[in-house]
Amino acid sequence: MATKLPKTDVVIIGLGWAGSIIANELTDEGLDVVALERGPWRDTATDFNIASAADELRYSQRQDLMLRTVQNTITMRNNPSQTALPMRNWGSFHPGNGTGGAGNHWAGITFRFQPEEFRLKSYLTEKYGSAAMPKELTLQDWGTDWSEMEPFYDAFDKVAGTSGKAGNLKGEIQEGGNPFEGARSSEYPTRPLKQPYGPTLFAEAARNLGYKAFPVPSALISEPYTNSLGVTMGPCTFCGFCTNYGCANYSKASAITTILPALVRKSNFTARTNSEVLRIVMDSTGKKATGVVFVDTSGNEWELPADLVVVTAFTFENVRLMLISGVGTPYDPISNTGTTGRNYAYQTANGVQLFFDDKNFNPFIGAGAVGMGIDELNNDNFDHSGLGFFGGGSTRVTPIGAAPIGNRPTPPGTPRWGSEWKKETVKNYLSTMSIGCEASSYATRNNYLSLDPTYKDRLGRPLLRVTFDFPQNDLKMAQYVTDKVEEIAKAMSPRQIVKNPAKGSWNGGPYQSSHIVGGFVMGADPKTSSINKYLQSWDVSNLFVVGASAFPQNPGYNPTATVGALAFKAADAIRSLYVKNPGPLVQA
Amino acid sequence: MKQLSLTTVGLLVLMTTVSFAQSAREDSFEQIERGRYLSVLGDCSACHTAPGGAPFAGGVVLKTPFGNLVGSNITPDVETGIGRMTEEEFQKVMSDGIGKGGYHLYGAMPFTAFTKVSKADNSAIYAYLQSLQPVKNPIESNQLPFPFSVRTSLIVWNYLNFQKGEFKPDPEKSEAWNRGAYIVDGLGHCGTCHTPKTALGGDKNDLFLEGATLQDWYAPNITADPHKGIGSWSIEDLTQYLKTGTNRFDTASGPMAEEVENSSQHWTDADLQAVAIYLKDGRNADAKPPQPIAATDNRITAGREIYADRCSACHTPSGEGIGRLFPKLAKGPLVNNDDATTLMRVVLAGSKADGTHAAPTGPIMPSFAWNLSDDDVANVLTYVRNSWGNAAPAVSASDVAAIRKGLQE
Repeated sequence: MATKLPKTDVVIIGLGWAGSIIANELTDEGLDVVALERGPWRDTATDFNIASAADELRYSQRQDLMLRTVQNTITMRNNPSQTALPMRNWGSFHPGNGTGGAGNHWAGITFRFQPEEFRLKSYLTEKYGSAAMPKELTLQDWGTDWSEMEPFYDAFDKVAGTSGKAGNLKGEIQEGGNPFEGARSSEYPTRPLKQPYGPTLFAEAARNLGYKAFPVPSALISEPYTNSLGVTMGPCTFCGFCTNYGCANYSKASAITTILPALVRKSNFTARTNSEVLRIVMDSTGKKATGVVFVDTSGNEWELPADLVVVTAFTFENVRLMLISGVGTPYDPISNTGTTGRNYAYQTANGVQLFFDDKNFNPFIGAGAVGMGIDELNNDNFDHSGLGFFGGGSTRVTPIGAAPIGNRPTPPGTPRWGSEWKKETVKNYLSTMSIGCEASSYATRNNYLSLDPTYKDRLGRPLLRVTFDFPQNDLKMAQYVTDKVEEIAKAMSPRQIVKNPAKGSWNGGPYQSSHIVGGFVMGADPKTSSINKYLQSWDVSNLFVVGASAFPQNPGYNPTATVGALAFKAADAIRSLYVKNPGPLVQA
Repeated sequence: MKQLSLTTVGLLVLMTTVSFAQSAREDSFEQIERGRYLSVLGDCSACHTAPGGAPFAGGVVLKTPFGNLVGSNITPDVETGIGRMTEEEFQKVMSDGIGKGGYHLYGAMPFTAFTKVSKADNSAIYAYLQSLQPVKNPIESNQLPFPFSVRTSLIVWNYLNFQKGEFKPDPEKSEAWNRGAYIVDGLGHCGTCHTPKTALGGDKNDLFLEGATLQDWYAPNITADPHKGIGSWSIEDLTQYLKTGTNRFDTASGPMAEEVENSSQHWTDADLQAVAIYLKDGRNADAKPPQPIAATDNRITAGREIYADRCSACHTPSGEGIGRLFPKLAKGPLVNNDDATTLMRVVLAGSKADGTHAAPTGPIMPSFAWNLSDDDVANVLTYVRNSWGNAAPAVSASDVAAIRKGLQE
């Protein structure tokens, strides 16, 4: 039996990027905000000490910053005819845990989505005709547009101090930037990072082939930056312990390096860590949330009543909480009805490895998001007429650092252990680089999220079941873009090239990407979306669900800037519209 | 007549009451509010509010070379606090160093500075303290060993170390300068930490604000010396440091971080400005820096390598640091002080800046005690103290060993 706590204005579930942004905005509005975080408190000074942060065994191999699978995990299968099994070690993706969430161990690549993405279905239909649309895809518009999104991307960049070079400033194409980006209202807050050797070589080769190479937009900043909350970041030192690690140098933007130091000083903000939300509490009509029930580390249950419930956990937990709490109708792929769990998508990771004899890349110099990229192969930046697929990928060279346990670049055919393996490691460690192509993942009818009928968590709640396989559309796309990347690789004249396009069925074992999207998507039509353009539930108007769970499909970009922008968008709607007139902000 | 007389008496009574009410201003809002600000300006809580304890209920232990003294309970509790102390008695505490009942206070209560505080300000502080919630918390302030525990010894101490007298403005100087002097020399009692002490624990007044060691921290030179002091800092650098705990040169750590947190971040801009003006006009502005140790010295060449590996990622290879985050070591006043206690301490034990409202980041310096030997710490500090325009005496491994031992106790 849960003990009832005093009522608060707002309860926020999950204190990563989205939760921290919204908590900061709503406390500014004068609301009392309680944030519940299932993981521990983390801050740079205590948890990411410069003397101990660079620990590959602890952070990369043993996944110290990630959600523990004994606390919560998912089950997985490739299609509805299979029985799903639980993921006992994180392989394919790395959900985060604790304050800062996955935003602590992210790489920091900070692309905005392109304007066309927000009306993807309409855009592609207008351009190529509805007959050209692959039958398996269930692409959707987002119910919003670029003019509504851009101010919130701008807000996110300014809180994070994003480094980069504008390619399109107020409609004017800028030399040296990404010409394919949507018009920005302002330049990046900090200048691009200096480029290591690998990205420099790639950019040169790409330019010689006619591509427009640009510095990858990055949440690792290049110069000291103090954001509007007064929180200061320092320049990245390319230490090489970045993706999967917390940043010890205050250089990688995350909620803990940009927002929480200011947020925790506010008297109308409370954070409760190690507090896992069990469910949203609904009133008897099922149309209004009255608060949440959470459990502490002693197993005590607490009910926290609130006027407004904002769910900002990772994609998986956002959707699972909705399914467990009975918000919306669970999606059913057979009848194609229901929206909770619908349009789950992933990311299609491709790459090309280049082995040289005469180059030294010093690969230990690196950072999660330093590098050069091109966008000609992404999304609809090239003509898809007659190709039989849609989508594409962001192509770039981003050396993340090459720590000794995980980084043993050896050509195919090398033994996995023994003296030959050691010899090949020595030969190739310094002289190998790779070009990545982070490509789109388009939704289909059979890729979806639901509650597992068999496996439960330690509290007796069903695990989330992921049903996913790569659509044929995406596999065709992967082959196409990887071939194009190979052409650039050839122009760089390495000794050997190894192509790795995504192929076959999705395998949960090897790490691919943590860009897990959809399942509680935004849109203009309540039949095919769970939330309106303000991230407000169609069914429960005092419930906002924010995160990559809102993406109807995934373009060929990393999601974090968009998650941040959506958080600012939802907060703005609550501040400017909802608090004045609580109720549905869009009439269905 | 009788009637009239009674009326007169009545009127007199009424008038007396009215006039009493008018003079009883000690509990007026303005007076208490002024007293609250002055108690912040004087950072009373530094000694009188224990960490996690009730405000002003005492209990902070001050480690002196003579033994421990404990900050007293100054809430208006009648048994354990100052509930029975009159305003006149409070005045004597501040200006004479004489406690209720006539005993002498130890110099840890900085009455040698507080004697400069005006009577009006003491009244306001008294009014504020009397408005607090009384907290019952018995404190034995005097925990000194014999013979220091005998308070009559303080009569001699006072004769040697104490010059009584309210602050007298210098008519030649500006109003702001005089306000700054009143705060620095008086209520702010900056010299309590920053002025070197005699063998008896009194201030060496001829070395006012030239830096002193206490509780394993070195409170640096804050005279206008351009090399060792704050002479190279602008007025804005000083006010920003006091207001936010950080500026383009340095970040407050240790007891100064507490001072910023509890006191100077709450000062008015006018008071911050006044203190900066006064400090900038201090002594030693014409001091000449010493010659640095030669770059070819073995200690310097060894230190350079350690610095590159362990320090340069944050403090940058040129010692410039990152403003508001990682202190600038090049031409840093603290780095160039003769005494390296704080530097050794911070390298060994690390340090955390307290975030302030204006600068909430609160960055940390990690501990290097586990991976740098005494020789390493000595060499890297000798290198830092003699590079990029710095010049200061070498740090010896035995000094580091002593600090390391002190930190382990």
